[in-house]
Amino acid sequence: MSAPSLTQPTAGPARPASPPPVAGPGTAGGGFARTLRRNLTAHAFLIGAVLCFAVFSWYPMVREFLLAFQKTESGHTTWVGLDNLATVFNDPAFGQAWRNTLLFTVLALVFGFAVPFVVAIVINELHHGQGYLRLLVYLPVMLPPVASVLLFKYLYDPGYGLLNELLRFLHLPEQQWLQDPGLSMLSVVIASTWMNMGGAALIYLAALQSIPGELYEAAELDGAGLLRRIWHVTIPQTRLVLSLMLLMQVIATMQVFVEPFLLTGGAGPEGSTTTVVYLIYQYAFNFNNYGAAAALGLLLLVLLAGFSAAYVKLSRAEDA
Amino acid sequence: MSTRTLISPARLARPRGKVLYWTVFALVVGGFSLVFLGPLYWLVSSGFKDAQEVIRTPPTLLPGTFAPDNYSRAWEVMDLSSLLLNTLYYAFGALAFQLVLDVAAAYSLSKLRPVLGKAILGMMLATLMIPATVLVVPQYLTVLDVPVVERNLLNTPWAIWLPSVTNAFNIFLLKRFFDSVPRELLDAASMDGAGPMRILWSIVLPISRPVLGVVSIFAVVGVWKDFLWPMLTLPDPTKQTLNVGIYSLSNGVPVNVLIAALTIASLPTLIVFLVFQRNIMSGLTAGGLKG
Repeated sequence: MSAPSLTQPTAGPARPASPPPVAGPGTAGGGFARTLRRNLTAHAFLIGAVLCFAVFSWYPMVREFLLAFQKTESGHTTWVGLDNLATVFNDPAFGQAWRNTLLFTVLALVFGFAVPFVVAIVINELHHGQGYLRLLVYLPVMLPPVASVLLFKYLYDPGYGLLNELLRFLHLPEQQWLQDPGLSMLSVVIASTWMNMGGAALIYLAALQSIPGELYEAAELDGAGLLRRIWHVTIPQTRLVLSLMLLMQVIATMQVFVEPFLLTGGAGPEGSTTTVVYLIYQYAFNFNNYGAAAALGLLLLVLLAGFSAAYVKLSRAEDA
Repeated sequence: MSTRTLISPARLARPRGKVLYWTVFALVVGGFSLVFLGPLYWLVSSGFKDAQEVIRTPPTLLPGTFAPDNYSRAWEVMDLSSLLLNTLYYAFGALAFQLVLDVAAAYSLSKLRPVLGKAILGMMLATLMIPATVLVVPQYLTVLDVPVVERNLLNTPWAIWLPSVTNAFNIFLLKRFFDSVPRELLDAASMDGAGPMRILWSIVLPISRPVLGVVSIFAVVGVWKDFLWPMLTLPDPTKQTLNVGIYSLSNGVPVNVLIAALTIASLPTLIVFLVFQRNIMSGLTAGGLKG
């Protein structure tokens, strides 16, 4: 906050604690009228965005909670208490969807969290061609997801796909990438990592470049080898960024939808790629059961709220 | 690079270090090119293969046939020109709405500071805590019947434009940038009789060009890449976006035509990326972690 400007006369009762105004300090008139006018101007600037938020964010947020405990039948809405939650819990797909989502999250963390970090470390060590490598890593992020996903579907094809050709070339057994229930989720994760890792890699790279070189020098003088320097310097120095990205990725991957939806049609072989969000989608848009969709959404929201709160707390720490 | 990293420059300067460095360098550049450009090469080259070759086992690394008319067929059969125009219309409309309404809101929150401004900002940022996919269902129901005005926005561009304004992250980025504009500058202007609108237009916006660039790129790319929301709110095939249109036609066209269509759909964002890569990457690392 800046200090109050000298031209500011003592304002009326509604004056906020923080010093304002851009609105004409020279104008005459009572403090109250001026404050009122200044506030009207300020709210006029805000109103468009606030209306959009009210209609398309805040109202839907409230509605999500209401929907979860309501049922609408032939235009008539009634409170049903926990019935929707019971429906969701008793759905045979419920357990599978959560297991699949967790599997996706864990696999996506193994790949999507570790791979970009290693990639960033490697790029940071190379003193040539960094611009080119950064460009490459971020390229897939810019592609429309439908293009990347359908391209991967073509690569994964058990017959004419390039990946099986690669396996044949290496004399390894061919795989039914998307058709094998044991492999389908991994295939989705590989495609998803290719599509999305660029952002994380560049953020890690920026964090790595802010590590003071003296720390590595000191560690080396103490006789620390390469891996110990990574363990004792690189990781502690980027800990905050790493934990923020970890939380962000958990929040994002728990909501995975587009990749399995496009690659395997959503459910996948034997339901092996049914995710929680796909189940929400099915309730709402295939079965017109908005109550069940909202109830399952609420469960996901509650689960992710902890991660979101931790994220906000950590990013505040970074600002401080 | 002058700053030292994991491996000391002295070690790299030795003959063995040099050999090792350049070996690793070659492996990394080769490997990365293969992993990230390989699939793109496969996309473009498969788009040139004829209908038999594209589904041949084993696949051919170099197209043995040359069928550039896949691209023109994709353009016609999938009506890519209207899908492309639709997407441009939605993306730039969303950009216009975000630039006008979000910039005005961020300016007000940062510099005009109305009563309840902090609470409003807090409520906007709170939306970032709610998983986006959870809100899709109630948002969709809202679009079907917007409260108060009682309109159905399904199959209209408003269903894309208006919700795109609720981008709390953009407002936060803009507000943070506006906060850094020195107060004295604005005070001097208002001493000269400039009103808030004039100050925004002639002082704040010109200074804020970098952040406006970043916000604009992400606004356009956001609409371009979105899939679930346009699929739900624009079911009419003549109003669909590139992503959704290609997806819904993907099972009805031959593989080589589909792949040609995917290549065409990828070009606009790739070009935008190559032109604005500096802004995009700096914007990403500047604001990528806040939320």
